[in-house]
Amino acid sequence: MSQGAVATMDRKPMPGMMVYNKKLGMWVFLLSEVMFFTSLIGTYVILRFAHPDHWADVGLVLNVQLTALNTFFLICSSVTMVKAFAAIQEGNQKGLQMWLLATILIGASFVGIQVYEYMALTGEGFVPMLDSYHAVGRGNPHEGPSLGGPLYGATFYAMTGFHGAHVSIGVLCLIFVYVQSLRGVYTADNHEGVEVIGLYWHFVDLVWILLFTIVYLI
Amino acid sequence: MNFFWRMGMLLAGMLTVVIVLWVITGPSWTDLSWVMPDNTVSTFGPTLDNLWLIILWVTGIIFVVTEITLLVFMVKYRHKEGRKAEYIHGSNNAEIVWTTVTFVIVMALAFYSKGLWDEIRDPNLIPADAYQIQMLASQFEWNATYAGADGLFDTADDFISRNVLHIPVDRPVVVQLMAQDVIHSFFLPEFRVKQDAVPGMITPVWFEATRIGEFTLACAELCGLGHYTMSGTVIVHSQADFQDWLAQQQAAAEDD
Amino acid sequence: MSTTTATETHAGTAEHHELSFVRKYIFSTDHKMIAKQFLFAGLMFLALGGLLAVMIRWQLGFPGRPLPVFIQWIFPDTMAPGGIILPEFYNSLVTMHATFMVFFALMPLMAGVFGNLLIPLQIGAEDMAFPRINMASFWIMPVAGFIMLASFFVEGGAAGAGWTSYAPLSTSGEWTGVYMGQILWLISLIVLGFSSILGALNYVTTVMNMRAPGMTWFRIPLATWSIFVTAWLLLLAIPILTGGLILLLADQTLGTAFFRPEGSGEPLLWQHIFWFFGHPEVYILILPAMGFVSEVIANRSRKPIFGYHSMVIAMVSIGFLGWVVWGHHMFQSGMNPLLGMTFVVTTVVIAVPSAIKTFNWMGTLWRGNIHFDTPLLHAVAFVALFIIGGLSGIFMASAPVDIYIHDTYFIVAHLHYVLVGGSLFGIFAGITYWYPKMFGRMMNEGLGKVHFTLSFLFYNMAFFPMHNLGVQGMMRRIYDPNQYEYLQGLQPLSTFISISIFLFATTQILFAFNFLWSLRAGKVAGNNPWKSCTLLWTTPSPPPHGNFPEMPIVYRGPYEYSHPDREEDYWPQDEPPETSEAGGQLAAAPSPEPVPGD
Ligand SMILES: [Cu+2]
Ligand SMILES: [Cu+2]
Repeated sequence: MSQGAVATMDRKPMPGMMVYNKKLGMWVFLLSEVMFFTSLIGTYVILRFAHPDHWADVGLVLNVQLTALNTFFLICSSVTMVKAFAAIQEGNQKGLQMWLLATILIGASFVGIQVYEYMALTGEGFVPMLDSYHAVGRGNPHEGPSLGGPLYGATFYAMTGFHGAHVSIGVLCLIFVYVQSLRGVYTADNHEGVEVIGLYWHFVDLVWILLFTIVYLI
Repeated sequence: MNFFWRMGMLLAGMLTVVIVLWVITGPSWTDLSWVMPDNTVSTFGPTLDNLWLIILWVTGIIFVVTEITLLVFMVKYRHKEGRKAEYIHGSNNAEIVWTTVTFVIVMALAFYSKGLWDEIRDPNLIPADAYQIQMLASQFEWNATYAGADGLFDTADDFISRNVLHIPVDRPVVVQLMAQDVIHSFFLPEFRVKQDAVPGMITPVWFEATRIGEFTLACAELCGLGHYTMSGTVIVHSQADFQDWLAQQQAAAEDD
Repeated sequence: MSTTTATETHAGTAEHHELSFVRKYIFSTDHKMIAKQFLFAGLMFLALGGLLAVMIRWQLGFPGRPLPVFIQWIFPDTMAPGGIILPEFYNSLVTMHATFMVFFALMPLMAGVFGNLLIPLQIGAEDMAFPRINMASFWIMPVAGFIMLASFFVEGGAAGAGWTSYAPLSTSGEWTGVYMGQILWLISLIVLGFSSILGALNYVTTVMNMRAPGMTWFRIPLATWSIFVTAWLLLLAIPILTGGLILLLADQTLGTAFFRPEGSGEPLLWQHIFWFFGHPEVYILILPAMGFVSEVIANRSRKPIFGYHSMVIAMVSIGFLGWVVWGHHMFQSGMNPLLGMTFVVTTVVIAVPSAIKTFNWMGTLWRGNIHFDTPLLHAVAFVALFIIGGLSGIFMASAPVDIYIHDTYFIVAHLHYVLVGGSLFGIFAGITYWYPKMFGRMMNEGLGKVHFTLSFLFYNMAFFPMHNLGVQGMMRRIYDPNQYEYLQGLQPLSTFISISIFLFATTQILFAFNFLWSLRAGKVAGNNPWKSCTLLWTTPSPPPHGNFPEMPIVYRGPYEYSHPDREEDYWPQDEPPETSEAGGQLAAAPSPEPVPGD
């Protein structure tokens, strides 16, 4: 009989990873996300090296200033996410709710600005399609030569689009966590959900910093 | 010897099934050859066949030895009442031996392959004096463009030979492969040549015929509905005949 | 169950409420039920893929002849008017046979079934780490399968650009006549990717985090090890494919030009993406079988597995090396020839761990006490056929030789020796071996032996001569080889192969019958019919919800057969050592070595 008790106690030493399942699961999942973005970024790198003429000079087509601001927003949302987690670690449910809400709002505005950016870009002829690509550049009248080529548009929308989808999914998950937090689910001892969504959020943020660099700045 | 009797019967039964079906369907025993068909016409063909033969010997010996060992173990160590298996967890020496031996064998094969690969594919080793032909693959035909009298492509006296590739004997030929629509694969079985033709790319492939005659040109990459019909012919002329043929075609092209 | 154990979380849930039919059999979160669901779904898709293969072989064995009566009435005129298979339908058959077999039969049957069944039971966990994600992982699979199946019935028929879907053939219906079918193919595989990722996520987390006390890394049974490595490959390879599929879908539907040369896209980029996924995929399809075979051979020869550590190291190194060899599929693709030798070298290096495994299986049989049961026969057949598949791989690893045999039947022979002779026989070994644990009854041994013998015979009759077709230069994916004069003489051999395939397929009815019949009428198995050492066999057959009535404690490696000091020829992993050192040993942190070390 005592053996059963020993067993439950001894269950602890075996988990060699020293983290709980959900966190480990999220880490593993993020590794597979890394590979997904690797396929998109790899495509971009190969196509750009093979066809440099499809790319326009920095700032001619893409709105770097606006996106820099957006990048700053996303970094801020990582900070608020850290604050949210710190709050609940101390059992501060009000703080958790407030910081989560802030994260959600900033995340949503990131997506909003991205949608605005997409609308502006497509209006200027910067589209992913081969047949209708005709990027006139920022602030130009709707005539003039096309800048870059369709591979520029296609890789741009593939990378930023799937990143945007990840942010959107993150916002939805955060809303779920927020609702849970309003119901008082999370406490100082039990806040796995907050930590796990936080990991995802920071990952998405990190990917964006990489994407911003290679898509807008190089 | 009950065990052996039963196994013998089983094998005999299996063999009977094979033979019966073989007789019914009627293939020839020579279809089962493992040696490359004796029909090669390119300069590097014999070397490639030879490399095949070396790999065949090496893998063949490993195949026979391992399968027989497996069989012997199965028979020798089959369950018998009252016997106990030996309590062995492995042997580091054995692991080292078979790891090293395998490594050495496969690496030797890899590096032995290098010379031939470079000879056939290294872009810097394509003979400089090779005769140039452009080959445009499209669904589902092979269009060989010849330069004409001026020796330059994209001029008025260029002409196209459809589904028939004419080449001279004993002279290196470079085919510049292109594709119009999808990927095709330029396969000359007798020449031991195969190279994909990719749209948007120009891929050079060279070879030198050693014999006059007619040979097969096939498409080896699934390229759509009519893929299976995408066959052609390679005609190897004597050098004199080839010049005649060229002159004739040029004249016809200029008339157009 | 005693009162003490009832307080434990893992057993507690099962106690108090009966699950409804839907929760128990359909939307179950129990890993064993999910394993069974994967098993039934996988076997159905296996049968479907087999039927497609039979159709292909009909065309090749009897080109231009109408399908036999009854069958010819099934197909509409867009597929086989008058029972004669059309070239476009043939292309769809070739594509869909491979797609169903690779993605819907072999992958679910290996990772899906045995990942779910074996991992928790072999490492002593009560279930998977994320049971609900696990359930989702299963239910995505039939949805994707349904989409794939539906593509047969849309206008233009199912995808016909090959399972590799090389661009630009696959980028537009203009080239194939298939519009919707290709799109559905892409969508189906994108959806299926989520199933694989969610499953793999579970396997990895469960193995890393939920092992019973004493279950150190080097006491994990090899089947679980193999699925653990496979799960990593799935996690890292599937997203690559998903990314590629999405871009290809964009080319198809949006009009982007990632892979379309008319917009400066790169057709070869698709091949790089596909094979960067595709080679790890090859190991996803064979590693689990290697694990099953290791279990069966050790158990049925009543001998510790030979070189446990090198078996593990071999699998892990295959897992790493698998990422740097993809170019061997592209020697003739127009890829820079100077890269060729790099891929030749990496490819032959990966032959080394495969050889190590083979020799270790043979070492395990050596001086064993081999019981000729159905699982063992399948396992040894795996070894014998994997040797052939491995050795024929050396031919194509040598880039210059590959020039000739690339895209010929030699490749078809090679891959079927690995995927049918290897994977499928491995799956048969696995099913016959673990069937008693899944269903509580044994499969019929006599029927199993007949099924094995005929399968082995017909299998080799069908696939061995394909090597020779390749040597003669016959291309694969050719609707009618007789178009080529030099291949006409090979028609009788093709017919021989086709009839052998029909016989092989028919033989599988025996397996299906045995499988279904034994569910009801098989001999009751008991907990441990094979007298195995692993934790799995300490549970009742089938195991209850929560698996282990009491938390097992692991004292030794998984293959302690025929220990000289013991009367029984096996020593279960959870049997406490007889002396009082039991407690001490455990407290002193489990050593990474099996106790009776090698
Ligand atoms: Cu073709
Ligand atoms: Cu490969």
